[in-house]
Amino acid sequence: MSEQTNLLTRQQIAARAAQDMEDGWLVNLGIGMPTMIPAFIPKDRDVMFHSENGLIGMGPPPAEGEADQDLISAGKELVTMISGGSYVHHTDSFAIARGGRLDCAVLGAFQVAVNGDLCNWRLPNQTSGSVGGAMDIAAGSKRVFAMMSHTARDGAAKIVAERTYPLTAMQVVTKIYTDMAVISVTPDGLILNEVAPGLTADEVQAVTDAPLNMDDVGTINVAA
Amino acid sequence: MKGKKSATLEDAVGRIGDGASLLIGGFSDPGVPEFLIDGVCDLKRRDLTIITNNPGFRHGGIVRLIEEGCVARLVCSFQWGLEKELDGFRQLYDAGNVEIVPQGTLAERMRAAGAGLGGFLTPTAVGTDLAEGKPTMTVDGREYVLEKPLKGDFALIKAFKTDPRGNLIYRKTARNFNPVMAMAADYTIAEVQEDVAMDALDPEIIVTPGVFVDTYYVTGWYEIGKDRSG
Repeated sequence: MSEQTNLLTRQQIAARAAQDMEDGWLVNLGIGMPTMIPAFIPKDRDVMFHSENGLIGMGPPPAEGEADQDLISAGKELVTMISGGSYVHHTDSFAIARGGRLDCAVLGAFQVAVNGDLCNWRLPNQTSGSVGGAMDIAAGSKRVFAMMSHTARDGAAKIVAERTYPLTAMQVVTKIYTDMAVISVTPDGLILNEVAPGLTADEVQAVTDAPLNMDDVGTINVAA
Repeated sequence: MKGKKSATLEDAVGRIGDGASLLIGGFSDPGVPEFLIDGVCDLKRRDLTIITNNPGFRHGGIVRLIEEGCVARLVCSFQWGLEKELDGFRQLYDAGNVEIVPQGTLAERMRAAGAGLGGFLTPTAVGTDLAEGKPTMTVDGREYVLEKPLKGDFALIKAFKTDPRGNLIYRKTARNFNPVMAMAADYTIAEVQEDVAMDALDPEIIVTPGVFVDTYYVTGWYEIGKDRSG
């Protein structure tokens, strides 16, 4: 097993995912790690963020004294709006999500299966779950990227041949960003695109419960 | 009708009776009609059905309604861990009286009710636990779940400003579910921060036309999400 120090930090995973947010995209970010992405978007790219509580053009947290109690993100954090943003009501906000206007959703995940199945709303041993907008956004977004630790706290693989957790949306994930690797989910299976510096492809495969194509593996650029 | 203003909170909510279903606006704290909810609590009604995105995550508000035993059934997308903290919620859940609905489906079901539709087909939740038992249909090669309209006897909503006809505008992300809930109830009660004179609101910026609003109660500005129950 690799040393803990070779795993990417949450910031480094966010920075890597941010590189794949393309100019002109409208992006929805799930609660948790994905909300760190905006800080790492390259300055020359115009990427807008959609927050499903009715905010198109979500900006960074407010400066001290600038907070507005009526302006929050879907993660309940106080935020700002960028120039050219707009407010919508919930039905329109989810029309944007379901109607294919989101270029990308970056969501946390408990499990991702080889076929792109996403599981992120409820643990199998939980009796209740908070679904929020996860199912609508995952089903409707043009692309769904999963962002997560490569393995669960107990070491169990989170990238699996077949899901065992409650489903959020079928066959939607096309890319996975973890603290060990960047993986593409394709009709031909999983492709290991990049590994974290200091890790080998075999080390990533060892904690992944599905075969990885390792024909062309690069290293994640973590240069600040 | 021009005279939609309720002079007191009791006037605004007093007609809500036992067993009523209430659509209650808000997402997290913004847009939650906190005064109206407290007004309903004070009525001590029983067997209410509460339809809301999230029943809150602190004491006061809808949590107070649950704690005081007013709620028989809850429909929501988020409960933010309430089952761990709140016995009343746990009991509702264990008795099968909490329905978890995907957030976009929750909004659209109310829109369908407000628009006079018999339901709609959504790709959301296909193949998941939350679509169990619901009819599905394949249209142009894609599978959809049939969702039915969701109506309320009353909507309790919050807006920024109203004119005497109940034409409403909202503030920022406090808009959220409020406009669609106003459409989907038999009787809509708005709490508003401010009421303004006729013609003071530009008709081009009205979000909820007064046709969807039956009465309003003016609260003035207040700090949201504060516990007022003590």
